[in-house]
Amino acid sequence: MAEPAVKIPAAREAYRDELLAMLPDDPRLVCLDTDTGLFAGVDFASAAERYVDVGIGEQNLMGMAAGLAASGFIPFVNTMAAFASTRALEAVKIDIAYNNLPVRIMATHGGLAAGHLGPTHQALEDLAVMRALPNMTVVVPADPAATRSVVRQSVDVPGPLYVRMGRKATPPLPGAVPAPRIGEAQLLRDGQDVLVVCCGPHPVLAAHGAAALLDAEGVRCAVLNMHTLKPLDTTGLASAAAGKTLVVTVEEHWRSGGLGDAVSDALSGVASARVIRLGVPDTFSTTVGGHAELLDEFGINAAGVASVIRRALDPSTRPGWTTSDHPRAHPVPRAQ
Amino acid sequence: MNELVDSTALAGHAHRIRQRIVDVCAGAEGGHLGGSMSVVEVLTALYFSVMKVYPDRPDHPDRDVFLLSKGHGAIGLYATLAERGYFPAAELDGFGQTGSRLMAHPVRAVPGVELPTGSLGHGLPLAAGFALASRLRRSSRRTFVVMGDGELQEGSVWEAAMRAGSLGLDNLVAIVDRNGLQLSGLTEEISPLEPLNERWCTFGWAVRDVAGHDVAEVAKALADVPWTPGRPSVLIARTTKGEGVPFLAGQARSHYVKFSEKQHARARAALRRQAPGDGHG
Repeated sequence: MAEPAVKIPAAREAYRDELLAMLPDDPRLVCLDTDTGLFAGVDFASAAERYVDVGIGEQNLMGMAAGLAASGFIPFVNTMAAFASTRALEAVKIDIAYNNLPVRIMATHGGLAAGHLGPTHQALEDLAVMRALPNMTVVVPADPAATRSVVRQSVDVPGPLYVRMGRKATPPLPGAVPAPRIGEAQLLRDGQDVLVVCCGPHPVLAAHGAAALLDAEGVRCAVLNMHTLKPLDTTGLASAAAGKTLVVTVEEHWRSGGLGDAVSDALSGVASARVIRLGVPDTFSTTVGGHAELLDEFGINAAGVASVIRRALDPSTRPGWTTSDHPRAHPVPRAQ
Repeated sequence: MNELVDSTALAGHAHRIRQRIVDVCAGAEGGHLGGSMSVVEVLTALYFSVMKVYPDRPDHPDRDVFLLSKGHGAIGLYATLAERGYFPAAELDGFGQTGSRLMAHPVRAVPGVELPTGSLGHGLPLAAGFALASRLRRSSRRTFVVMGDGELQEGSVWEAAMRAGSLGLDNLVAIVDRNGLQLSGLTEEISPLEPLNERWCTFGWAVRDVAGHDVAEVAKALADVPWTPGRPSVLIARTTKGEGVPFLAGQARSHYVKFSEKQHARARAALRRQAPGDGHG
């Protein structure tokens, strides 16, 4: 995928700027950092004492945040998705989720966004891990504007919240997309043939692109931005899936436990549609490459999504195509 | 609220708490006897002398915060809370049984339990968060956390120790139950902790030692925290695992005990012989 030509703030920068705007006016807000560098050089002005860098110690980060939250504060904690969801998991589970405390886990480098930094810094399990925890709300904003809106709304989320962001800038969603409401799926595009359910910047853009490609071929795809994985908007999903025979999920995540699982689970018993999950297969990424290259490798782009849908709709390929197949085994054109 | 340090009264409370721990460990599930008995005087000093507590209103905004990071000492905590009046002591009979709120690791459903603990290494980060919150609020609230010595082998303890020290959270007080034993043996043979005082000191803490079963001494040591302004305080309480039960004291096998009827009678008799001379017990 091409890098944006003009300077657009990364989602994490949009989050930072929104939080900075909110901090002075809301004395409940605290910002705990772990040497992420996101706040380097930032002037917190009157809220300076409510920014604390705890250093490189994510377990302590989560524990301190829980202590602050139990004392009435709303801590925003900052780390990478990989560290939030695995290294610090027990503290997230016991200190935060078990106690249903309003900690906002602001996780960057979600999915493959760490790119060439490799699997130690990539997070392809975070959504599965976080949605497994009772009380946790899990949100993946699709662009900087959505991120800002989620940060604003987060103050009113009663329990813990996990927000997955990327690393570099991603383009704004095409068209005039209203701000997402946490917990309400967004139908970005309507279409009667296929439903594509997606979350996160690149999967949503890939779904949009695939819908445009297939539209030219006479296949009408609806695109549902399932930015909130938990609680899942099962009503919105069922409504969007009504009448469809094919539902395709697209996520920047291992296929286990994330959006695909959530959607399959929600549709089982209420819809007869076939569900195909597109995501990263059950493997660590061994390729040295940037974010865009890795997404292409795993078919998380418009051509990859379109290819999956074409195959699924092609009577000659059924029932040979299964959910365990993957575009990597069937070469797909790389995005321009 | 605080009471004057009356060593006789404190010893009486400690004695009754110890008896109740022994009784619980003779119940259907048994329990973590050793680590409960070793913190009895620490808990007694905290709840009857040091901390601002409100048993009738556990969430009172003026309370000090307490966390039992070594959550397996729950029976000791429950017996202390009952002795302090947070709930009737008769409730201890149901410990660990279906329908009871007295889980083997502390849960928030129990009046006086601030946050649940059990998995080791969580208490100090939580306590640092409470202490930071009090600082931001300009509150005089203090936070006390009791850790096991074996627990100090968890890395998260030192993540929190390092940052609490550098933040200068002098409203934070840690107490280490230094009984020298962990589940399967001596701390110094499994993963040595010494020189423990120096370790804490280099992390920016004010450190003191105390004979952990001298309740008046424990209370006295904690009466004037912070010992050094700008530093969190850590009290190394030199204790004996299973203290009070002669046939188990100082032995790793006191860690989890389900007394037989005969053992229960023996333990009770031993405690009677140790009863303070004020008529309690």
